[in-house]
Amino acid sequence: MRFEGTAGYVATDDLKVAVNAATTLRRPLLIKGEPGTGKTVLAGEIARSFGAPLIEWNVKSTTKAQQGLYEYDAVSRLRDGQLGDARVRDISNYIRRGKMWEAFTSPALPVLLIDEIDKADIEFPNDLLTELDRMEFDVYETGERVRAAQRPIVIITSNNEKDLPDAFLRRCFFHYIKFPDRGTMEAIVAVHFPDIQNTLVREALNIFYDIRDVPGMKKKPSTSELLDWLKLLMHEDLPLDVLKSRDTKTLIPPLHGALLKNEQDVMLFERLAFMSRRQGGQG
Amino acid sequence: MFLNFLAELRAAKIPASLKEHLTLLEAMKADVIDYKVEQFYYLARSCYVKDEGLLDRFDQVFGKVFKGIETVIDTGTAEIPEEWLRKVAELHLTEEEMAEIKKLGSWDEIMETLKKRLEEQKGRHEGGSKWIGTGGTSPFGANGYNPEGVRIGQDAGRQGKAIKVWDKREFKNLDATVELGTRNIKLALRRLRRFARDGAADELDMDATVSGTAKKAYLDIVMRPERHNAVKVLLFLDVGGSMDPFIKLCEELFSAARTEFKHLEFFYFHNCPYEALWQDNRRRWTERTPTLDLLHKFPHDYKLVFVGDASMSPYEINYPGGSVEHWNEESGETWMRRMLDVYPAAVWLNPIPEASWSHGQSIQMMKSIMEDRMYPLTLGGLDLAMRELTRAR
Repeated sequence: MRFEGTAGYVATDDLKVAVNAATTLRRPLLIKGEPGTGKTVLAGEIARSFGAPLIEWNVKSTTKAQQGLYEYDAVSRLRDGQLGDARVRDISNYIRRGKMWEAFTSPALPVLLIDEIDKADIEFPNDLLTELDRMEFDVYETGERVRAAQRPIVIITSNNEKDLPDAFLRRCFFHYIKFPDRGTMEAIVAVHFPDIQNTLVREALNIFYDIRDVPGMKKKPSTSELLDWLKLLMHEDLPLDVLKSRDTKTLIPPLHGALLKNEQDVMLFERLAFMSRRQGGQG
Repeated sequence: MFLNFLAELRAAKIPASLKEHLTLLEAMKADVIDYKVEQFYYLARSCYVKDEGLLDRFDQVFGKVFKGIETVIDTGTAEIPEEWLRKVAELHLTEEEMAEIKKLGSWDEIMETLKKRLEEQKGRHEGGSKWIGTGGTSPFGANGYNPEGVRIGQDAGRQGKAIKVWDKREFKNLDATVELGTRNIKLALRRLRRFARDGAADELDMDATVSGTAKKAYLDIVMRPERHNAVKVLLFLDVGGSMDPFIKLCEELFSAARTEFKHLEFFYFHNCPYEALWQDNRRRWTERTPTLDLLHKFPHDYKLVFVGDASMSPYEINYPGGSVEHWNEESGETWMRRMLDVYPAAVWLNPIPEASWSHGQSIQMMKSIMEDRMYPLTLGGLDLAMRELTRAR
């Protein structure tokens, strides 16, 4: 079982090695990288390439580690008890399974995505240490032990908002998705838009990398934004020379709303356009 | 197997342990990779390094340990593919490096000399190494020519990639020891934004109370610490010197993180804080705040952050009247100690690279006044400084 990228996802060599190492040894794979470089998408693609079900656990700032295992709904049991419901005798009626439980007991080998683990409380990763290590946990209310029949493939993404504890890191493989270079980017575009004109891609990529190089940008456009922009460009069917003409008036790229997500960045561009227009006038 | 690699990694302060090492061996045993050195590099990187800030350091160690492990086959020719060389250099040199090369002369000149030297070398040792030499004073050859090691005369097709992946050092910008700049300011900001979740339990946790009550069958009130940032900061910035750009950067950095602090106040000083500071640099002589007022106004739970190069004449620190701008009744050291007595949490951020601190007497003096709480203005330094500030006292 080897991951070689999929028809819809271009994986670089180093990413393939990291994924294969993690899936072979069944250790969690921690993925970091700039936003929009395809961290979350990766898990889905791995699942698709292995034909495995994908179980997504989206972590929020209020998420607790316990919620991934199970939750005991004591409140509804209390209510049922007051109403004299027969269900109340069996405590397991009030145990709600979490995503990890789901992954451990899944009949087919699943891919478990723990998305944006850094959003949660600082103790969150520590609370999952043994569960991820041994892939088993106890349900205290029923005395049951949940053990993974086969260790699931675990993909964890992080946006670097909090540091993760060392003990947690030791148990993972790590991969940093770096921003794709031009060659890789062309391959990515080709995968997403198989029948796009080459010239359009070339011009668009020129503009795209130029924008990324502008100093002082608040939010640099990423791969996903480039793809959105290209989709828009194709949809609008703009004449190619709009992109090609690098004269000062069109310094702000057409349909820039897809690329620049921050009004300060748009203003920065307008200012640059204004300045270069003035320079053009003087020269 | 590869134990010296692990030792080298640890020597380079990459926190790799036996656990990672065993994982690597296990992965090798499980045939995760083909036996190609690039693949091994990727696998080792994924096992040992868990922080993108250390990737560049890993690349360097890998290059050092596994240098020459790829077989170098003598091609027997000294013909340099000129275009290839130029392309490689253009692709992999940074602007500063290009400028440095330009100092040697124009591209063509360099190429000419290079060619000549190669010819000579070939003449002298027949069939010997086709490498022009490593290091040394010659500007040509691996490591000698440029830090990324352009390997001259090595056939690109034969070896796959003439410049090895780890020699490219693509993660240089992510290195935590690089000084703060626009590239990593965002990361630095995140470091500052760490939530300081302190204080007593003082907020009713409704959900936990309800479920706790249901579980225990009696009223169970659960409190939780209020989740807000209680950090209050006084920022002291050294202005009017060569460090102004860094100071500005720092000022921007902290004001960008302003919302995360409960309070943030800026004060300026020149070289060393004395009896008065100012808040507006244009009116530095007219609107000054006496330092004593400041000590009385802000409670002791404020945290102090000084930013400055601490480079001055020692007199400016330890003699009354030593200030370059005015007559100070009491020495700078007296004032520094007064401030540190009131505010136990304090750090000094120094834009000067840490390696050269030992050369400045005043830096050493200031560092000892600060009780070693002086940190370089890098991501790593900022990290340590923030950790020091949040340390429980």
